[in-house]
Amino acid sequence: MRKPGLSAARAVLAGSLVQNKARSTLSVLAIALGVALGYAVALITGAAVNELALGVQFLAGDADLQVRGPRSGFDEAVYPRLARLPEVAVASPVVEADAKLADRDDVLKIIGVDVFRAGAVQPGLIAQAGDRLDQLRPDMLFVSSAAASALGVVRGGELAFQVGLRTVTLRVAGVVPGGAQQRFAVMDIAGAQTNFDRPGRVSRVDLRLRPGIDIDAARERIQAQLPAGLAVQRPEAGVAAGEGLSRSYRVNLNVLALVALFTGGLLVFSTQALAVVRRRPQLALLRVLGMTRRQLASLLVLEGAIVGVVGSALGLAGGFVLARAAVRVIGADLGAGYFRGVAPTLALAPIPLVIFFCLGVTIAMLASLVPALEAARAAPAAALKAGDEERAFSRLRPSWPGLVIIGAGALAALAPPVAGLPLFGYLAIALFVIGTLMLMPRIAVMLLAALPLPRGGPPRLALLQLRGAPGQVAVSLAAIVAAVSLMVSMAIMVASFRVSLDAWLERILPADLYVRAGAAGDTAYLGADDQARLAALPGVRSAEFQREQQLLLDPSRPRVVLLARSIDAANLARQLQLVRGPVTLPPGAPPPVWVNEAMLDLYDFAPGKLIELPIAGKLASFTVAGVWRDYARPQGAIVIERERYIALTGDRSATSAALWLASGVNPDELSRAIAGDIPGGSRLEIAAPGEIREVSLKAFDRTFAVTYALELAAVVIGLFGLSSSFGALVLSRRREFGMLRHIGMTRRQIAAMLATEGLTISAIGLLVGFGLGWLISLVLIDVVNRQSFHWGMELNVPWSALASSAVVVLALSTLTAIASGRQAMSRRAVLVVKEDW
Amino acid sequence: MRRRRFLASPLLLLASGTLAADDYPRVLPGQTIGFPRDAGAHPAFRSEWWYITGWVREPDGNPFGVQVTFFRNRPRVAESNPSAFAPRQLLFAHAAIADARYGKLRHDQRAARAGFGLANAAEDTTAVSIDDWSLKLVDGAYIARIVARDFRFDLRFAPSQPVLLEGDGGFSRKGRSIENASYYYSQPQLAVSGNVAVDGRDANITGTAWLDHEWSSAALAPEASGWDWIGINLDDDGALMAFRMRDHAGAALWAGGTFRGRDGALRSFEPAEIRFAVERRWRSPRTGIEYPVAMRVSVGNDDYALEPLMDDQELDARASTGTVYWEGAVRALRGGREVGRGYLELTGYGKPLTL
Repeated sequence: MRKPGLSAARAVLAGSLVQNKARSTLSVLAIALGVALGYAVALITGAAVNELALGVQFLAGDADLQVRGPRSGFDEAVYPRLARLPEVAVASPVVEADAKLADRDDVLKIIGVDVFRAGAVQPGLIAQAGDRLDQLRPDMLFVSSAAASALGVVRGGELAFQVGLRTVTLRVAGVVPGGAQQRFAVMDIAGAQTNFDRPGRVSRVDLRLRPGIDIDAARERIQAQLPAGLAVQRPEAGVAAGEGLSRSYRVNLNVLALVALFTGGLLVFSTQALAVVRRRPQLALLRVLGMTRRQLASLLVLEGAIVGVVGSALGLAGGFVLARAAVRVIGADLGAGYFRGVAPTLALAPIPLVIFFCLGVTIAMLASLVPALEAARAAPAAALKAGDEERAFSRLRPSWPGLVIIGAGALAALAPPVAGLPLFGYLAIALFVIGTLMLMPRIAVMLLAALPLPRGGPPRLALLQLRGAPGQVAVSLAAIVAAVSLMVSMAIMVASFRVSLDAWLERILPADLYVRAGAAGDTAYLGADDQARLAALPGVRSAEFQREQQLLLDPSRPRVVLLARSIDAANLARQLQLVRGPVTLPPGAPPPVWVNEAMLDLYDFAPGKLIELPIAGKLASFTVAGVWRDYARPQGAIVIERERYIALTGDRSATSAALWLASGVNPDELSRAIAGDIPGGSRLEIAAPGEIREVSLKAFDRTFAVTYALELAAVVIGLFGLSSSFGALVLSRRREFGMLRHIGMTRRQIAAMLATEGLTISAIGLLVGFGLGWLISLVLIDVVNRQSFHWGMELNVPWSALASSAVVVLALSTLTAIASGRQAMSRRAVLVVKEDW
Repeated sequence: MRRRRFLASPLLLLASGTLAADDYPRVLPGQTIGFPRDAGAHPAFRSEWWYITGWVREPDGNPFGVQVTFFRNRPRVAESNPSAFAPRQLLFAHAAIADARYGKLRHDQRAARAGFGLANAAEDTTAVSIDDWSLKLVDGAYIARIVARDFRFDLRFAPSQPVLLEGDGGFSRKGRSIENASYYYSQPQLAVSGNVAVDGRDANITGTAWLDHEWSSAALAPEASGWDWIGINLDDDGALMAFRMRDHAGAALWAGGTFRGRDGALRSFEPAEIRFAVERRWRSPRTGIEYPVAMRVSVGNDDYALEPLMDDQELDARASTGTVYWEGAVRALRGGREVGRGYLELTGYGKPLTL
């Protein structure tokens, strides 16, 4: 018995896959798409992050520990103190500046080293010079090969940088041997200090410890001796902190890719479920022929596995091609601006390759498991009879598991972030989707029952048919509900974000004209003279200056931004969009600072709290007087009164200015006056608030472009799912159609019936998808975004956009239903009826 | 004179033409060398070194050689730069142990820009240091502290004789042009005492050493490719120094030398009175450079055969001064009998100096 059983099994299996070529292809493609997206995202972000990590490692060389502090550096007197510590074998001081290139809107990382110290710690940075004294000359630099090709310079060439509003020109003495991937330039530390205005300051001191010294114990001893605001860590910690900024973004992309894969899994599920139902008699026959339940279930799961293997293999190849294209077209950061100065090369990363292959196969197998178990459980005798199909879906009906899962999702949504990532938020979304899909039969029954039965004709027949088979309806709906809910939730989230961002931009840009010393880097600034000249320009009614700094509060996180600006306490709301506070300071309390929402989330700087900030190497006490909304600095930002900042640091320079114009002054004319009348004024970036808003919103849209693409992919897969399952559903009812034709129904009438069915199913899918999407959008806005980026935003539903996409989806799915039906009806009615008896 | 090789190293060398020699103070005849001032650094000059080489031994042990050298260089590339890191003065140091049982030199090196109190060459007396390496004149004796990769020195070098002014009262010519000269004095017959730790084993040692202190701005003639130098402490308390400058073909360009007898009588030799003849050559397995490790040196009417303590005394200092040279402990023999011990220095045998 065994042998005929197995060969029959092979026939059933292969027959099904081959016979339904179109549907199998769709399943394979859906899995392939999900795998491709996931693998591409993993490849791109992985390559960029890897380059970042390699870069940090390369730059750190053999350092055991690194001492870091504010972005602008710290007192160089710390260096000899570190060098003399008994644990320290070599201390290598480093001056780093992201130098603004004079002629273009780009920066080059300048690494100023003491060649005699760096040689023992960061040998990779030391270039062989024709004249070794070039390594000491203050006007010479060595560029990495990546920088040389990116900037188009060769040995003997020149590079011009903007420092303050001046131009500093340095000569290229050679190329650093390493650094094929990182864009940077190495020069003498003294030259870096003087050329880039870092007098008396170093950015970093890299330490190599004496042999046999316990690094962690030494780290603690050294940390205890450091001035406020400095931290000593292993170099890897810098990698983690650097990755931290982009991590949430990367995780979000990965999750979106997984959603696409999940939707693909749903497609496999609906296809398999209906394929199993359609083959119910054949499968029952296999059981009669002696195949065990277990063997039958394995056989059907194997079908899923074949789809998974083929789809995953295709997907991996496609993902690699996609990743290469994406890096070429939009860059390694996928348009988000996180990985500047990194030129990654894509390699066939083996670990993500294995992971996504396994994921694709597993999802396809899991998607076939439920239908397979159901088919194996069926009593052969009953299943052999015609008309047993609907029984197959009865198992999907109990409603309490779905409700429990949705409840668990609600609980998960309340949980705090894990390691700075909204893992429970993602879990909540997954649980909401799964729970809703499990409840679909019940929801379908309720909604169908609520629909008034049409008087007669095909629509009445359609509704009766659907009412009679809610399980099948639910299976058809799974993919479309998941896709629509994803689309709706993303649309609501993005719209809410965009509207809130727009409102925020309007609020933070109250002046008539904005002036920035340099678009990028940290070497451009407005000196005290420049500020006086700007404020004294005819036509300027008043001017406010802002100094941007970066402080290291927690070495495991990126530096937070310190904004020193004029604050008018009486008119605070005009300057900052406060979401908490303002707090009235009690007499004698330390002076106020105002923090953004990220500071509240990451450092628990709640209004009224007393805090200490390391400014100019000393800890100063402050009171948190309010929390303001900020979409620009997810690493955290603190506003301090500029007068107080100057008193603490003596730093009178500014990085940007806001100008209010006298009435009747044309902003364009003033822009020209600034460029013409102020020395170096042509280097200033001058923008009206409208332009800044436009540029910011453009950047926002670019960032979400990838999101849109993934979303679209999910919707397409959802439509495939609907098409596939509806087609299968129609095919499985071909006896019914034959019968209907026999009793005198026209083709047109049957088409109308199918269109009504399609319309009804789609409407139900849209309705449930919209509801689920709205729920998910709440999680995205209040949990995922908040925990990932610390952005608060108001809910805003883009009704018109949603309505139009609903119409499109409805139309497409109805057309899909009709097309599927037409294919099914193309067989001759008589043959079809005969087939059953 | 010697060690001009370091001036010519890629890092230190200022190719003639990039800077005119008179940007540095010129070395002039007829100047008085005075102490302790001239024991200190002369930062205006292009280059300077304090060079100690000696033979030492444990009470019952085999003799071995020790070398401690500090170099100072003024590169003149960033003199107006206000940064505390500005490389106005560069300091280098080499230290080595020549132990025949080990078969090659144990050596280590340091390099730093002067500043932050981490590396410094004092001007008032001999006090030069790079991190935990130092050479200081304290109470009339030189104290050297060296913490190298695989050995440690804690040595005292006490003068037993007056300072020996080389050349003409300390003005030592190095070439046919009067421009090519240095200020140069020696301190022969230094009594060595102290501690040498090798591979974690401490040894109290005694012995005899030789100190050179030399500073200059244009000591190396453009046509010179290197030099051979000896400083020998004679067993009868006499001292012999001799050198020759070689051209690119290996022929002597210039030579000089001084002999101080046990009675203190000083004799300077004309270039024609000094001859270096190669007895035996040795090729370094590491660099492939061939050195004349055994030489016959004729000074006036006297002939000395030099026998190295071991052949492999090559010092690879490419990581600091950028040079590879041979600095070795040698015995001086007359008529087959040992009459003194000292050091032979052979520079410029690798790639010829490019000026």
